[in-house]
Amino acid sequence: MALLEIKNLFASVGDREILKGIDLTIHPGEVHAIMGPNGSGKSTLSQVLAGRESYVVTRGQVLYEGKDLLEMAPEDRARQGIYLAFQYPVEIPGVSNLYFLKAAVNASRKDKGLPEVDAMDFLDLIQEKLALMEMDQALLNRPVNVGFSGGEKKRNEIFHMAVLEPKLAILDETDSGLDIDALKLVANGVNKLRSAERSLIVVTHYQRLLDYIVPDFVHVLADGRIVKSGGKELAHELERSGYAGLGIYDAEEAVARV
Amino acid sequence: MMGVAERTDAWLGQFAGQERKPRWIEQLRDAGFASFATLGFPTVHNEDWRFTNVAPIARTIFQPARAVTADADTLAPFATGIRLVFVNGRLQESTSALPPGLTVGALTEDAREHFGKYAASETNAFVALNTAFLGEAACIYIERAAVIEKPIHLVHVTVAGVSPVVSHPRTLIVVGERAQCTLAETFLGSGAYLNNSVTEIVVGAGANVDHYKIQRESQSAFHIATLQAELGRDARYSTTSISLGGTLVRNNSNARLSEGSEATLNGLYLVNGAQHVDNQLTVDHAAPNASSHELYKGILDDRATAAFNGKILVRKDAQKTDAKQTNKNLLLSDDAVVNTKPELQILADDVRCTHGATIGQLDGEAAFYLQSRGIGKAEARSMLTYAFAQDVIDRVKIPSLRNTLERTIFEKLYDSRQ
Repeated sequence: MALLEIKNLFASVGDREILKGIDLTIHPGEVHAIMGPNGSGKSTLSQVLAGRESYVVTRGQVLYEGKDLLEMAPEDRARQGIYLAFQYPVEIPGVSNLYFLKAAVNASRKDKGLPEVDAMDFLDLIQEKLALMEMDQALLNRPVNVGFSGGEKKRNEIFHMAVLEPKLAILDETDSGLDIDALKLVANGVNKLRSAERSLIVVTHYQRLLDYIVPDFVHVLADGRIVKSGGKELAHELERSGYAGLGIYDAEEAVARV
Repeated sequence: MMGVAERTDAWLGQFAGQERKPRWIEQLRDAGFASFATLGFPTVHNEDWRFTNVAPIARTIFQPARAVTADADTLAPFATGIRLVFVNGRLQESTSALPPGLTVGALTEDAREHFGKYAASETNAFVALNTAFLGEAACIYIERAAVIEKPIHLVHVTVAGVSPVVSHPRTLIVVGERAQCTLAETFLGSGAYLNNSVTEIVVGAGANVDHYKIQRESQSAFHIATLQAELGRDARYSTTSISLGGTLVRNNSNARLSEGSEATLNGLYLVNGAQHVDNQLTVDHAAPNASSHELYKGILDDRATAAFNGKILVRKDAQKTDAKQTNKNLLLSDDAVVNTKPELQILADDVRCTHGATIGQLDGEAAFYLQSRGIGKAEARSMLTYAFAQDVIDRVKIPSLRNTLERTIFEKLYDSRQ
């Protein structure tokens, strides 16, 4: 059975229609890259899947494990195994990274009828994942993302993912703002989390990230639709000819050309 | 319907019916009552009381609070350290084994040098009323250079009967030169009552004092409190005021700074339902090279209202003053109202004074971030709300007090979200 089925999805912000008929099916263990120029709807798709209220789905359907995803609250989606790594991770002063993760883990456990995680077990889990992500211990007791560098924020997103162990992780422009060393660290962390059960949607503007997180499928998004799909070689084709080679432009440019 | 004169008669009747005290105390009482009779209760036409209407207090006939005892459970959070427990204005118990350098006791001749010299009973009707009803005041003396490690708790419990009662707690704390101590005042109770408290703190030259005031009165209580701190040369004083209970609350927190001294006045108010809390601060930079820091945070839900008025007076000679004032408010409901007003009067020319006030709502972006990790919407809001208050709560360094406080705050946040 497919893990995620997106059928003819339309979504708007205010009176602006951004997604205009997306079809996409993802099976367990698959890694799908979604590429596209600015304004093509990549981030909107990520936000809609995570349940952001400001995006309104006007048409279409999304099934997650056969259930209607769009009916679920954001927290229920997360508890069922959906994870969004934010393009711009939010700073939360006053809430430590560790406390936050424990609350998240316990929310999921409570939902499954499990008791709260044992404090020692939780610390063991955290230590294991820290090592996996090569993250600094000090980041645990700092408020979530406050004073983190750009690279630290993105790694923290992947660290959260490692702890929460989702079935479907959506990485929204996880590469943006990272230099090559930071990019490798993040990609390395993601690769350690790949498994036969875990699916990934990797949203990116650039092909560069896909050299490190090698996808099974690449989809090109333009003006709210998937205009081309292929294997990992499609990303290389895009690198050679650019989006313009496919006749695709940034949304602003597209407007300018009309 | 009762006329104003009859209500004043009720106060007069109570005043006249007090048990006799030594002459110097009775003189203070007489002066206090005379002041009160002249001033009357303030109205909203008085600029300092613009946002707080005390008519519900003026309208009520209060009985003197009767002698009762508080149980051990109520007092459990204050088990560690030195404690003085007042129930309905009467000393119920006082730690007998005191460390060297510390004296606690009732109002005696020893207090005369300082007693009633700082809090303004000529201009503040509530201070005047408190003074008119001087009873078993708490007097605490710390000898020069003494270091009192354990916190000194002053616990004021008010237990109302069938009809509303009134209690006028009065505290004088005199900290000697270069001495150090930690003081915590907690106010709690049950039923309908007026707690009208006055605390005067004299911080000797070079002394270091941490003060906490935790107000968790009953939901139907009126709480009016005046705190007056006098800082000696190079003294350091900090106070953290947490306001949780009461239906109508007014705190006047004042500090007067000598040369080179440093005052920190922090506060948190957390109100819901129809609660009203008003914090009025006056920092008087009376001498050069002193600094003051004020950070007050407010969280308001339902139809709660709050006011913050931060006066900073920098006198003509108070050059090199460094004063900072911040008031931040978080509104959890569309019906909550806050009025915030900085009031800076600067008569010196070489000073640094900054102030800032904000009123905001919960960050939707942050709430979504928490939800996207599986944390429920209500819990996400509680976490963010608690986080807003965190930096003030973090200033409470007495573990037992802090634990109780965290629990009380958490319960209150959680309740208001149900």
